[in-house]
Amino acid sequence: MSTLTFDIAHLLAGSLVLVSFLLLYQDRLYALLNVYALHALVLAAAVAWQAYAQDAPQLYITAAIALLFKAIVIPVALHRIIVKLGIQRHIETVGGIGSTMLLGMGLVALAMVVTLRATEGADLLAREDLAFALAVVLLGLLMMVTRRNAVSQVVGFMSLENGLVLAATGAKGMPFVVEISVAFSILIAFIVIGIFLFRIRERFDTVDVEALDLYRSGER
Amino acid sequence: MSFDPALLLLVIPAAAAAAIAALPGTRASAYVNAGASFLTLLAALYLAWTGEERSGSYLLIDELNTIFLVLVAFVGFTTSVFSANYVAYELKSGHVTPAFLRLYHALYQALALAFNVALLSNNLGVLWVAIELATLITVVMVGIYRTHAAIEAAWKYFILASVGIALALFGTILLYMAAQAVVGPGLAAMEWTELVAHAASLQPAMLNLAFVFLLLGYGTKIGLFPLHAWLPDAHAEGPTPITAVLSGLLLNVALYALLRCKIVLAGNPTVLAPGTLMIAMGLFSVLFGAFMLYRRRDIKRLFAYSSIEHMGLITFAFGLGGPIANFAGLLHMVLHSLTKSAIFFAVGDISQVKGTQKIAEMGGLTRTDPLIGWGLVIGVAALAGLPPLGLFTSEFLLVSATISNRALLAIPLVLGLLVAVGALFLQLNAIAFGEPKGVSRKAECSYAPMFVHLALVLIAGVALPPAIVALFETVAKLLG
Repeated sequence: MSTLTFDIAHLLAGSLVLVSFLLLYQDRLYALLNVYALHALVLAAAVAWQAYAQDAPQLYITAAIALLFKAIVIPVALHRIIVKLGIQRHIETVGGIGSTMLLGMGLVALAMVVTLRATEGADLLAREDLAFALAVVLLGLLMMVTRRNAVSQVVGFMSLENGLVLAATGAKGMPFVVEISVAFSILIAFIVIGIFLFRIRERFDTVDVEALDLYRSGER
Repeated sequence: MSFDPALLLLVIPAAAAAAIAALPGTRASAYVNAGASFLTLLAALYLAWTGEERSGSYLLIDELNTIFLVLVAFVGFTTSVFSANYVAYELKSGHVTPAFLRLYHALYQALALAFNVALLSNNLGVLWVAIELATLITVVMVGIYRTHAAIEAAWKYFILASVGIALALFGTILLYMAAQAVVGPGLAAMEWTELVAHAASLQPAMLNLAFVFLLLGYGTKIGLFPLHAWLPDAHAEGPTPITAVLSGLLLNVALYALLRCKIVLAGNPTVLAPGTLMIAMGLFSVLFGAFMLYRRRDIKRLFAYSSIEHMGLITFAFGLGGPIANFAGLLHMVLHSLTKSAIFFAVGDISQVKGTQKIAEMGGLTRTDPLIGWGLVIGVAALAGLPPLGLFTSEFLLVSATISNRALLAIPLVLGLLVAVGALFLQLNAIAFGEPKGVSRKAECSYAPMFVHLALVLIAGVALPPAIVALFETVAKLLG
């Protein structure tokens, strides 16, 4: 593999991590959606570059899905839902932005240390891709944990899923990548439709089952 | 071979789902549902009877998945019989509309299809997709009543399960990358049989990392301790037949995926022992589930926590490994599925008779509705591990295997078991005995599925047929 090919792949995958950080400190919903569209755009570029570098034309389909569905359709749909449901535009976060960013940096370092050590001997491009992908996945998880609003939790999940697609395309010759990206798109469509149908404005503040139990015994 | 019973397992549910979706929603769809489930059961039994083993690039049939296939088909069938009566009552009482029946039964068959695809697949990618499909279907079914609480439960289940399956996919990708270096890129590197054949030459660090992600991912679906939060809500709010399917089948199919991955790791002596992680998560689940059984107010929630406890026991058993513990794990898994779905059948009847799921408004069931009440008593006695019911055998085997392998672990294990026994009987006392409490409507339910399950659990405890013992012993060896 020529150095230029490698460098561009590296650059695109690295940019995805960078955009994940941008997602982490947005405190307005519309801005969050715009940054998510950028995230999907970078993913589409990274996947298309992998398709070219690995000479795997089916990956262009995955790239096209990322471009059309994730970068355009989903942000527009979410934008409309926010308007229709009158969801508060300001995002409440758990913990300060500063500490979240620090935690995020720690997670990226963890991802690098873990994957680079675990994949010694594997193809260099795949290794780097995997390390970046794990970082994106962990940052997505962090975002889901630190947001109180259902839409931004979903954006967190979608950025996590972008990380998975990056990992899957980085693994050379992996079968079902296209099918998996389609399956994930269906999943995301379900989630977005779910927000609208069920009019979920806030995230359920707690996963503490005791609290739900109490709430229910009062209700019935 | 022109006639392939394995394909029948996929064709029957698919055709039935399509037929139910195409026909208008009437009571007839319940009979189509039960009929198709019966045919699936026949196909699974035929497959088990021929005892053939083969593996292609997509299909895999061996003793391990034969056990799961028969179990899934059997519980699927009995639940569909129970469900036919259950939804008829719901329809009559005005809880649901005929359109609901169509959606519900079509989803039921689609779920059976997803389970069978997951179990028959030799390809870890297809396995993952099938489990994702099963998750989506169960999410819709949990939220099907559209009440505030049901939607909330479905949403929580959706988000947590999505994160779980995302982590499992990352693990699958890592496994593929490890295999790709040895087997070469392409479909073969995702085949389970290829992975096992080359397990020893796969890179250990990558396998370790892959297993951690797979354990977290599929562990979410199994309902293991720190990842269990969706389970009680999803169990409490969905229709009761679906609760029986969740506890009896979905958790097992996720466990099956984890076991396949464990077998790959077991083939490589240089990796970290996958058992230790499973032991730890299993043990925490047992203790957590057992203590949470106290002070539950909702009867479905109570037995949902009991499922966490028992899945913990099973995971612990497979983590411990060795012929006896694996045997105990398999037996416990099968019997727990039978017992727990029998209990949920009883719970479904109880909530229809009493018009509530709250334990405080129940009492004296053995007097007002003796069949349901005593059915529940036998079921809970089985869950508590009392002889002569089958779960006593498996728990006894498990505890003795633990004492001979890692004696210290037996202390928390037995503590968990005893705490659970105490809690279950405390709650059972309030539900089944004492003065009758609350309303008591006339019961219109089918007792047959519940008593068939309980009879099987009893037979397994008194005299386990030698053919089944032999089958379980073979599989226990395969599991390492």
